[in-house]
Amino acid sequence: MSAVLADMPKTEATKTVAPATTKAIAPSRGERPRTFYVLATLFALYVLALYGPMFCIYILSFQDIRGGLVFPMKGTSLHWFVDLFTQVRTGDVKGSFDRSIKLAVIVTVITVVVSFLAGLGFRKRFRGDTVVFYMMIGSLVAPGLVLGLGTGLLFQALGLNASWYTSALGAQLSWTLPFGVLVMFAVMSRFNHVWEEAAYDLGASRWQSIRLVIIPVLAPGLVAVALFGFTLSYDEFARSLQTAGSLNTLPLEIWSMTLNVTSPSLYALGTVTTIVSFIVIGASLGSIVLIQNKRGSSTKG
Amino acid sequence: MKSDRGDIELAGVCKSFDGVTNVVDGVNLKIADGAYCCFIGPSGCGKTTILRMIAGHEDPSAGEIVIGGQNVVGLAPVQRRTAMMFQSYALFPHLSVRENIAFALRVRGLSKADRLRAADVMIEKVRLTQFADRLPAQLSGGQQQRVALARAAITEPRVLLLDEPLSALDEQLRVQMRQELRRMQQELGITFIHVTHTQLEAIALADLVVVMEQGKIKQAGAARDVYAHPHDRYVAEFMGGQNVLSGRVEKVNGSCFTLAQAASSGIEVPLQTRPSVSVGDQVDIAVRRDDVALVRPGRELPPGCTTSLPSRVLAIEYQGYFVKVMLDTVPDDAFVAYVPEKTFFADPFTVGDVVMATWATGSALPLA
Repeated sequence: MSAVLADMPKTEATKTVAPATTKAIAPSRGERPRTFYVLATLFALYVLALYGPMFCIYILSFQDIRGGLVFPMKGTSLHWFVDLFTQVRTGDVKGSFDRSIKLAVIVTVITVVVSFLAGLGFRKRFRGDTVVFYMMIGSLVAPGLVLGLGTGLLFQALGLNASWYTSALGAQLSWTLPFGVLVMFAVMSRFNHVWEEAAYDLGASRWQSIRLVIIPVLAPGLVAVALFGFTLSYDEFARSLQTAGSLNTLPLEIWSMTLNVTSPSLYALGTVTTIVSFIVIGASLGSIVLIQNKRGSSTKG
Repeated sequence: MKSDRGDIELAGVCKSFDGVTNVVDGVNLKIADGAYCCFIGPSGCGKTTILRMIAGHEDPSAGEIVIGGQNVVGLAPVQRRTAMMFQSYALFPHLSVRENIAFALRVRGLSKADRLRAADVMIEKVRLTQFADRLPAQLSGGQQQRVALARAAITEPRVLLLDEPLSALDEQLRVQMRQELRRMQQELGITFIHVTHTQLEAIALADLVVVMEQGKIKQAGAARDVYAHPHDRYVAEFMGGQNVLSGRVEKVNGSCFTLAQAASSGIEVPLQTRPSVSVGDQVDIAVRRDDVALVRPGRELPPGCTTSLPSRVLAIEYQGYFVKVMLDTVPDDAFVAYVPEKTFFADPFTVGDVVMATWATGSALPLA
């Protein structure tokens, strides 16, 4: 009975729609076109190719003490995670993790602030705006390794010590800033400048209009810029390689471990860094959702 | 020396964005305190620029803008005590209705309790109490408009400027909100300046209608003056409801002159507002579409009609209380008769019929 009822609207709908249109609307239920399955298979393969190698690493990191670097799995335990943080021979994981997080936070803050200001600056055309824009794109497409090398050489020539919080910071910003600004442009394109005019009309000062209108309206976009800045910095390798100085950032540490560590500790490290990445992404997306929900109900009190 | 009066005087106001062409070109106008004034014209005629100059969002290149006896050029909107309602309302998307309305008080530094109380009073005035906690995106177009109105009105302006306030609404709501605007204007007792490109809106609302073209005022006056007594061809055609004919003056006798038309017999026109007409002049005249009567050939003309032009019916549109009959009376211009429904259907015409278009001689209006 219920099946009959459920079928009713469908048959009704098919009757009223011309045959040609039915096919286009079809994906709603049943009889999908053949192309759907072709594309779905393609997508499944893509996902497998994308995540498969990483999942191998995650799985192998949970072996027990007999574990090796290749399949098959030998037992299950958290042994290599403990090993990772206790053994000195695996390298300075804790220290490099610390530095990477600190560096990523500094990069994020600078990227957000500069991108926001650039977004404000580019609201109106100004003399040389195209030059500024293309110079920015140039720094985005410049080969990272070469740029890092150059930065390292420049520091040496100037007699400065390369370190993660000076030369590496600069090299990373050459990468995160253009990205942040581009994201900001996309965000700003949906900002209606009449809002600012309305704020001025209602007596708001420049600063009030930035604080009470522009920043709150752009908040989700700023979180997105922050996320970009953080993740780009956190796993940045090429630009940091020649600029980090004597103390490694995490990606550099992992790289050097691949050369001399021959235990699943390496895989455990991969698992941990991935978890941190996902926490950061989750927190960012969560805060965007939170901002939007808050807008829906904040004003009740 | 602050004045509460919202009378406005524009003296020689010009605006040029590129230094070459004047978007607003030497506008002089007086608007009385508490008047409802509509600027009307096609897009690009400078009406919105004038509004923005009065609002303080644009500075004039030349001229003075005087509000309540004080030249306000260079002052911020708040100092001018003007408030603007933007075309798409420009409500802050992240703030609730109440916070949107309280915004002006917030930037003035009023405490949260005070400003929300004041906002609630205003919300009541525009009948949005049950929507006070909603976001703009959750409101209909009409409700958004009321929020915009309330947000502007809470600053207690002496002049409220409205930039095409009804253009975002559908037809039915537009008529309804039109009345609401008028009601609010009377309730607040302040000057409203309203920019529109819809003739009906302007004549329905305004005490003072200002018709503009290419940065200049073509005619300013009471709605009925502008509609029924247009100065020139532009105003007559723009405001609508008129047939405009042109021709050469054939003879002038006493209070009348006769206009010779290329394709028809002479048209007799009274010499009311245009005393200086001489034979040979090229002259435009206007005849209201609802003054035109249609008579079958050979029948007697109604009393007072001396002119009758043979025409063919090109198209007929039923409009409810009247029927719009389009004719080929004059070769270059459209000629339309609005025939009352009952008159039309007593003896209906069909497309292709030959009729005589006629009107009482006194209703023909010579244009400048």
